Amino acid sequence: MPVKRIDKTAMPERNAKQRARDFSEVNEGYRYEHALFEAERCLRCQDPVCVEGCPVRVPIDKFIHRVAARDLAGAAQILRDANPLSSICGRVCPQEMQCEKNCHMGARYRPVAIGHLERFVSDWAQGQPLTTNGQAKKPWRAEKVAIVGSGPSGLVCAGELARLGHPVTVFEALHAPGGVLRYGIPEFRLPNRILDAELDGLRRLGVEFVNNVIIGKTLTLDQLFDEMGYSAVFIGTGAGLPKFMNIPGEGLNGVYSANEFLTRINLMQASSFPHVDTPVEVGKRVAVIGSGNTAMDCVRSSLRMGAEEAMVVYRRSEKEMSARVEEYHHAIEEGVKFLWLNNPVEVMGDDKGWVTGLKCMKMELGAPDDSGRARPVPIKGSEFVIPVDTVVLAIGTTPNPLLTRANKDIRTTKWGGLMVDEGTGETSRRRVYAGGDAVTGAATVILAAGAGKRAATAIHEDLVKEAQPV
Amino acid sequence: MPKVISKQQITPVTRKYVIAAPLIAHSAKPGQFVIVRVREGGERIPLTIADYDAKAGTVTIVVQEVGATTHMLSQIEEGGEILDMLGPLGEPAHIPAGGHTVGVGGGYGAAALTCIMREATARGDKTTLIMGARTKDLLILEDELRRACTNVEVCTDDGSKGFKGFVTERLGQLIEGQGPGRPDRVVAIGPMGMMQAVAEVTRPFDIPTFVSMDPVMVDGTGMCGGCRITVGGEQRFACVDGPMFDGHQVDFAEAVRRRKMYVKEEKLAVTCQRAHEGGE
Repeated sequence: MPVKRIDKTAMPERNAKQRARDFSEVNEGYRYEHALFEAERCLRCQDPVCVEGCPVRVPIDKFIHRVAARDLAGAAQILRDANPLSSICGRVCPQEMQCEKNCHMGARYRPVAIGHLERFVSDWAQGQPLTTNGQAKKPWRAEKVAIVGSGPSGLVCAGELARLGHPVTVFEALHAPGGVLRYGIPEFRLPNRILDAELDGLRRLGVEFVNNVIIGKTLTLDQLFDEMGYSAVFIGTGAGLPKFMNIPGEGLNGVYSANEFLTRINLMQASSFPHVDTPVEVGKRVAVIGSGNTAMDCVRSSLRMGAEEAMVVYRRSEKEMSARVEEYHHAIEEGVKFLWLNNPVEVMGDDKGWVTGLKCMKMELGAPDDSGRARPVPIKGSEFVIPVDTVVLAIGTTPNPLLTRANKDIRTTKWGGLMVDEGTGETSRRRVYAGGDAVTGAATVILAAGAGKRAATAIHEDLVKEAQPV
Repeated sequence: MPKVISKQQITPVTRKYVIAAPLIAHSAKPGQFVIVRVREGGERIPLTIADYDAKAGTVTIVVQEVGATTHMLSQIEEGGEILDMLGPLGEPAHIPAGGHTVGVGGGYGAAALTCIMREATARGDKTTLIMGARTKDLLILEDELRRACTNVEVCTDDGSKGFKGFVTERLGQLIEGQGPGRPDRVVAIGPMGMMQAVAEVTRPFDIPTFVSMDPVMVDGTGMCGGCRITVGGEQRFACVDGPMFDGHQVDFAEAVRRRKMYVKEEKLAVTCQRAHEGGE
């Protein structure tokens, strides 16, 4: 327990040496007394600027006050109404860039730990006995809505529409729902049981989940409307297409996209191979290229898969890194090495076609580029080879084009993002809405959740307007 | 869950399954595939759709027992269910029409040519299928394939039936004008080595050659990039850009090598499976 109010209540964490060898969650979560103490730190500003920092405007001040008043049920209700994925956002949101960045406590001391409190309240709520009999609610409206993809935007959109009485079906291409929350974010950051609890909550609201159906292949949008009687469709297909660097050697054995590496480990549970059937090749020395949260997930997963040495290779410097601060700190604690200002130019292999090293060029920072960040400039003649057995590319993803290839009437931007009306999320095709990474390109869970929520409101208004003509 | 309507042993290690999967059957086109998972904790493996019947709501797959997953699949009997089946995936085969279309099928790969050849025949192409196996007992689906094509040329390595020799040798003879004559295009489905050999036979004659790639896949929807292959110097994903590619452009050496990435683990999985079954 902290002794002074100026200290942020530390999140209890598992010992770094121990946790870096298994997939159990790193953060253990606040205990009740932690939460009460931290909630007391809130200054109760008249103008709660933290709320403005939140993409979905969670009434942060109000829920924290409920915690301080020892009314966890009230706090949970506020969170649930504002953000249906709060137990997840409390774990994965970059709070330091959002709500906590605005916190007035942060001006002199450390900001209130809003994320930790959000997580505490949502976890408490998940642990409470059900107030209903567990039976799924029956929708009371006639207009059915189909949700394409079960990632954050789709789940939130589904939940909101179910609350408004619509029959909702979520179609997922994989064999388990959750999208990037299932295949992308590792157990040590977001345990599957948390996701499963959120999914169960949605089922109780009446949301129906159908796995193993890919819209655009198994079923077309036309079929959803004409044959299956859906009145509207929300597309939340995410940004699932991995980028490669197009450098020599990417076809070598032992080179993975972050998507493949994480999918094998998270969705397919490769850490349990051979008890499960999907393996993943993790060598003694692993290099992960990139500096975002996905890169941190890959590099920390490779330690947990038994790598002796795991490193992040990034062409810019620490300052330009895009990962959450907490993930970066956890990675350092766990022994991850960071090679800043190194640009990979070739993956080296042996005569059998397996990776043996990563050839890099040293970089220095030059004038700012279009993104406003210092442009990395190669230093001539600085090539060197890092000996590694496994290379993982975590350099970003783009929207999956499967659905838009099959539906030319849905317009996309040059880089493949779906074009939507900013207010409603409606695409160029009537009654087809979209949100999340499929629209924005790879972004955060909370932004996707916000888009799903906005689209749900727009879909409901659209459908109700038609049902009750004036 | 998709139910196995009928199961037929067609060679000692190859089985044909007709599976009730109405949505997939309704949308399937020749050349596409499905991803199948047969147990909790099981792998996702791609299997080519050999045939489909939209009316009956069934898809047909032909599976050769090669590893842990295909072995588990072999244990599913008629009336049994397949845990997960996703499809149809991949781009349909875009085979130019007219003239003489020749299919070359090696081993169980011949099955995958059933609906492709039938479609080519139906639109008016002269069609020939060259199917090969080591010996006559390993030839598969000959009757079905005869119904789907104008001509069928059977090849066996040991000469126990039809032409004695490899499918590529017979293909060479056709190109020289023998039998049903020179192909205007070739569609080859079978082991990677066979497809590569076919592409080498047709290359000097500039005969367009289509091959169906089956690299290791996880999701089958373009998400993992594990199935990437190099075609004409460019990286392509077999799951969403293929599985059919120009055989003259495919980097087979890389594809063969990547196909073997998990050989060690595949052996371990089979060993564990046997130990487990032995203990029951």
